[in-house]
Amino acid sequence: MILKRTMGEKIFGVIDALFLIILSLCCLYPMIYVLFASLSDSNLLMSHSGIIYKPIGFSLQAYSKVFSNKMIFTGYKNTLFILVFGLAINMIFTTLGAYFLSRRDVYFRKIITFFIVLTMYFSGGLVPTYLTVRSVGLYNTLWAVIIPTAINTYNMIILRTGFYSIPPSLEEAATIDGASTLTILIRILIPLIKPTLAVIALYYAVGNWNSWFYASIYLQDRIKYPLQLILREILISNDTTTMTTSAGAADVEEIGKTIKYATIIISTLPVLFCYPFLQRYFVNGVMIGAVKE
Amino acid sequence: MLVGIAATATKKIENVISEKSKIIRKDIKKNKSIYLLVLPIIAFYFIFCYIPIIGTVISFEDFTMKLGNTYLQNILESQWVGFKHFISFFNNINFKRVFFNTFKISFITILFSFPAPIILALLINEIRSITFKRVVQTITYLPHFISLVVICGLIKSFTSDTGIISMLISQFTGGMPMNLLNDKNCFIPIYVFSEIWQTIGWNSIIYIAALAGVNQELYESASIDGANRIRQTIHVTIPEIMPTITIMLILKLGNVLNVGYEKILLLYNPLTKPVADVISTFIYEKGLIDRSYSFSTAVGLFNSVVNFTFLFIANQISKKTSEISLW
Repeated sequence: MILKRTMGEKIFGVIDALFLIILSLCCLYPMIYVLFASLSDSNLLMSHSGIIYKPIGFSLQAYSKVFSNKMIFTGYKNTLFILVFGLAINMIFTTLGAYFLSRRDVYFRKIITFFIVLTMYFSGGLVPTYLTVRSVGLYNTLWAVIIPTAINTYNMIILRTGFYSIPPSLEEAATIDGASTLTILIRILIPLIKPTLAVIALYYAVGNWNSWFYASIYLQDRIKYPLQLILREILISNDTTTMTTSAGAADVEEIGKTIKYATIIISTLPVLFCYPFLQRYFVNGVMIGAVKE
Repeated sequence: MLVGIAATATKKIENVISEKSKIIRKDIKKNKSIYLLVLPIIAFYFIFCYIPIIGTVISFEDFTMKLGNTYLQNILESQWVGFKHFISFFNNINFKRVFFNTFKISFITILFSFPAPIILALLINEIRSITFKRVVQTITYLPHFISLVVICGLIKSFTSDTGIISMLISQFTGGMPMNLLNDKNCFIPIYVFSEIWQTIGWNSIIYIAALAGVNQELYESASIDGANRIRQTIHVTIPEIMPTITIMLILKLGNVLNVGYEKILLLYNPLTKPVADVISTFIYEKGLIDRSYSFSTAVGLFNSVVNFTFLFIANQISKKTSEISLW
């Protein structure tokens, strides 16, 4: 498309680009501020107000305080547990379910699909779910965070669409050659839908990493808290007492701020680091999800 | 004679049943391994989705938990009270306020955060340079992946009395910087702005894709007819992406009473509770903190039904006015 641009359109183009640059800065700046502030000296940060362009009085004190807090490590450990085992369970269940939902010649498929999709619109609610999870005996275990959220129906539908796109003739050929259902699934179908699998794996991974609410209602022992819950203590409930016992009372508030920022950086760094490489997959996922069957 | 008719009728029914069961038996035999594979999934949905749905029956009881009883026993042994809990929350002053807050927060959020991604998509679409587009998109998607706890931590920090946002605002209004999260009037703006910040990029993806799918010939013929960029946007672009906009809007409006508890739980405090308390946080507090299980479940059930009704109505309206609907 080659359209000649008038002067008005050129001006608009410049304003447009400027606006987008400003918007991008707004999206980026909070994290940049946090990064610089976490590397700053806490007293100098306190007295400086407004926008900062670089760390004020470079200091790693906040980070050393954060790393000396055992709860950060247990939080990381628990979150990694939830991430790895949760993702494994997510993927196995979702793949099996999507596979089933894509089999056209299964008699009960329609009615099972109906009941599964119905759960996207109706749910028992907070209390009945809580009581159910407790009665199954998962209370105060990390599994309570993993198992009740094993399947995200929306993700499963995305995967089902992926399965639909594979021509049936491939499976028929494999069946003639004597392959069992499981063999067909593992050796033929899964390699073919790897992109879609990657997408929903990423969706689940991000969900598992960021989850905190189920952990807060099902976990009693602090030693089992995932990272986000520890963060909530530090950032929201303002509980930095575990890290500031050696400082004087007057220093607590200021140290608190840089410690908070350092904790944010430490816990968000993995996401920020992996994100640019994986962004393409996430966007693909939105596209697949948008094109419903 | 009646006996004769009855006899043939039963024989016909028996035939149909035996044929159906033959089909089913054949199907199970053929697909045995497939059914086996899906058994865990069915178990999952039954235990963690349908048993809670059955569990909503406790909203019609005075559910009490006795030691040593199983969940089912507790349900069966608790006293049936009919609509007592529903009536009690209709009369509860707090509930009315909570209902109003939910609607208010949700409506204002939709009002501002629905058009934002569309405008962003339109602006990105006008950019010529592909690299610039990509960079902007990558950066604006980023807030979506930052965890809610971190975002609320950022909000708390920036709006505290020494926070950067409080300082900036106090320079505009000429007062002392205050802790904005303690101010009732600031809660909704903070909530809505952070919502826009987090979702504008990610939600624009679907509109950018829709815009990319618009037939370029339409633009050419419009410009031949003498339309400048603005008129092209109004008469070509907007109508072409209207289906996408419509279905997104009906989804959003259908969920208008469905404000999530997570963000509000992280942001509210006793001072802002009168404006910030919504139905879902009300359910959480009454259910899991006060342990009024039956009462909370009743509110939850009511909320579910109302949400579904809204979604249904929104869907029907969309079906009638355009041809787009969810089902």
